[in-house]
Amino acid sequence: MRRSLVALVALAVLAAPSVVAAARCQQTTIVDLEDEVMCPVCAMPLGLAREAPQARRERAFIAGLIESCRSKDEIKDALVAEFGPAVLAEPAVGGFSASAYVVPLVTGAGILGGVALAFARWRRRTGPGRPPERSVAALGDAERRALEAELDRMR
Amino acid sequence: MMRPLSALAVVVVAGLVLLLGYGVLSNGPTSSITRALAAGERPAAPAFELPRLGGEATARLADWRGKVVVLNFWASWCGPCREESPMLERWHRRMRRAGGTVLGVDVQDVTADARRFIREHRLSYPMLRDRDGESAALFEVLGYPETLVIDREGRIAAARRGPVDEEFMTREIEPLLEERG
Repeated sequence: MRRSLVALVALAVLAAPSVVAAARCQQTTIVDLEDEVMCPVCAMPLGLAREAPQARRERAFIAGLIESCRSKDEIKDALVAEFGPAVLAEPAVGGFSASAYVVPLVTGAGILGGVALAFARWRRRTGPGRPPERSVAALGDAERRALEAELDRMR
Repeated sequence: MMRPLSALAVVVVAGLVLLLGYGVLSNGPTSSITRALAAGERPAAPAFELPRLGGEATARLADWRGKVVVLNFWASWCGPCREESPMLERWHRRMRRAGGTVLGVDVQDVTADARRFIREHRLSYPMLRDRDGESAALFEVLGYPETLVIDREGRIAAARRGPVDEEFMTREIEPLLEERG
């Protein structure tokens, strides 16, 4: 009993620093980062560049920073310092890359415009402003006779 | 008469096609250096200024004007770069006496890895750091390693798109070392 108590205390003392470190260090993960950063030489997100040598080195670099308790933003800053801003998986705001922002906006505006136009046309066809349909009673004699004849022919 | 929705769709599709065309044209590969060299010309080497590897100071390519420069683009993770570096070091020592230098440009690399690479291979030639590959793009570098030989007047005299070998170095560098600027 006494021996197991001593062992328990010893275990707690040994584990304490790592528990404290874990509590102090809000670690991120490579998986969390690799879809937000690029493998610059492979020109694709790091998550897709599995075997490229540069991607492996970049992952090792990130792993080292995670080990040293760096936050996600700090790791991104360190990556920018090493590889430049293009390492972030965000399109540039100028040049052709700006189309990554412009195309969705234009497409969204086009879709909204189309829906609005279609709705307006549908309202015109079925809405309260549409003239009421004429009842049979409102038909003239000639029209009523033609209608009766047509109905007889169909019977 | 075209309906408004169809007209809108045509405009959107035409816009996307134009955008795609512009993207393809603006990102198309250029190989003006290779073409000029194949035509027997020596195009002017593009100017650049880069930080020295592991330091704050910067250096410009023009700082080596008057020397034959073997401009080597490399990265620490690149296997062929590892293989060719002892030869580049040998040639650097040889060229130094005759007014030439190897100038390494470490591209898109982790600085600590690059410094370890230099220590391991005991490289003594000057090293610059191109963190985002801008200078490499100026020289139309598509892979690593690539080496351009620049004459004493700052013109590109030869290019090797891949690792260099003794035959290339002898053929391209020795005549340039004998030229007087």
